[in-house]
Amino acid sequence: MVSEELDIANKNLPAEQGPVQYVNELTTLNLGPTHPATHGIFQNILQMDGEKIVSGEQTIGYIHRAFEKIAERRPFYQITTLTDRMNYCSSPINNMGWHMTVEKLLGVEVPKRAQYIRVIMMELARLSDHLICNGILGVDTGAFTGFLYIYQEREHIYEIYEEVCGARLTTNMGRIGGMERDLSPTAIRKIKELLVRFPKVLNEFENLFNRNRIFMDRVVNVGGISAERALSYGFTGPNLRAAGVDYDVRVMNPYSSYEDFEFDIPVGQSGDTYDRFMVRNEEMKQSLRIIQQAINNLPEGSYFADAPQYYLPPKQEVYKNMEALIYHFKIVMGEIDAPVGEVYHAVEGGNGELGFYLISDGGRTPYRLHFRRPCFIYYQAYPEMCKGLTLSDAIVIMSSMNVIAGELDA
Amino acid sequence: MLTNEEVAQIIINQFGETVTDFDDPYNLLTCSTSRDQIVSLVKFLKEHSTIQMGFLTDITAVHYPDSVGKEFCVVYHLHSLTRNFRLRVKVYLTTEDLHITTLIPLFASANWMERETFDLFGILFDGHPDLRRILNMEEMDYHPMRKEYPLEDATREDKIDALFGR
Repeated sequence: MVSEELDIANKNLPAEQGPVQYVNELTTLNLGPTHPATHGIFQNILQMDGEKIVSGEQTIGYIHRAFEKIAERRPFYQITTLTDRMNYCSSPINNMGWHMTVEKLLGVEVPKRAQYIRVIMMELARLSDHLICNGILGVDTGAFTGFLYIYQEREHIYEIYEEVCGARLTTNMGRIGGMERDLSPTAIRKIKELLVRFPKVLNEFENLFNRNRIFMDRVVNVGGISAERALSYGFTGPNLRAAGVDYDVRVMNPYSSYEDFEFDIPVGQSGDTYDRFMVRNEEMKQSLRIIQQAINNLPEGSYFADAPQYYLPPKQEVYKNMEALIYHFKIVMGEIDAPVGEVYHAVEGGNGELGFYLISDGGRTPYRLHFRRPCFIYYQAYPEMCKGLTLSDAIVIMSSMNVIAGELDA
Repeated sequence: MLTNEEVAQIIINQFGETVTDFDDPYNLLTCSTSRDQIVSLVKFLKEHSTIQMGFLTDITAVHYPDSVGKEFCVVYHLHSLTRNFRLRVKVYLTTEDLHITTLIPLFASANWMERETFDLFGILFDGHPDLRRILNMEEMDYHPMRKEYPLEDATREDKIDALFGR
């Protein structure tokens, strides 16, 4: 009630009742845990002053599965399936990151061909991750069409996964010491087809969104964060690059032969939702460039390392060769002891720096394994980013941050 | 490029005996310090003109129940984005006294990392504005990542640790 109305109301009141006070009351709003727009199970308790968000508080842990505890009882190769379930939009990156961490601990050098295949798979995973994020951002602003256009390409990427490892979502791709099989001719054909088809679809998608008045009204200057605050909040990946910091693990600490490829790091300026959207779009183009280079220059040679005590021998060998049978048995039963050591290895995941901190005491399982999940760390900035904005802005900010519940909770 | 020796020397010149156990497993400089020094060490590294350790990568803890007097180890991973240099700092604590000072004034990201470490290990971060459990439910009366809490149901007798892993 505005003050003039309040004065009129008070004039008409009997004197003994006293004047009516204007009380500014906040509304508590539960966004989640099963709100369709949160794309995952986590809760935000928002304090609203009318349309404006005054403060927010996140509750997470709804799908906490204690991966770090489970990993302490599992042999190294069985932990790959746990990493699948962190950022399930780009599980090959998690798989490869884990394999590389263990290889670093064991001192296994992976052949170039395996490294290139890994790069291809990781970049495909990045494509599908960014596709989901940007497609969903469109859906949350009310534009379903773009999402459907690009979903078809995501399906094609999943077909390539299927061809390479047999699974689509939780891929469990690769092995410690290389890949489980070489790229088949069908897989190579499918990747090449994707490289031809994908840029057109991405172009269509960008035409729908990039200069769309309605879309821009919803996302420009919404949820901006300065580079300084983003660094303080531990942002990594596209969200940090949107704020203008060109930190990319692939360039700064190259792994798996990333130094062989030529690609650019797109950066934004204001760190708002539009910048995050544009940075992800541009990264998809860079990923295509990397895949193109990797598939053109795919080296000949073995797709696994010569490390028989860690890498599962071919099945035909197991039937004929005694050493192969012994190693097969020991590896499957998880009876291979790892050396004592302490490793931190980071890869550029779909959302940023995905780190594996592994301590081995010389046993068959890790003594301690910690995952540095990028989502978990940057999601704390969410209340600060949507303070003073409306509820519809908060939804858009959340989808553009690409918070994946599996990675958030681990 | 900064080398591990250069940074170690800079730290030793400033802090002397209080920072110890310099090592570089897999080429990542690692050192230990006491909990009284951790904030000043991180602050020094962050504000140092050549190191510029301006990014906190990770905070976690490790439980070593068998090493008496050093049962818990809080591990900080720091990263200098400008110089591309990583550093790992460890602080050992005893089970009786799990207090350590928070890093929130230096890095906002420390908030949830410290809450997670408290939740899983019970490390108490002094000065933390909101030290509650984050992944587990409030009613839980133990810290699950400590080694004494088995993953399997403790009452089961058919699963022998020696046969089924740790």
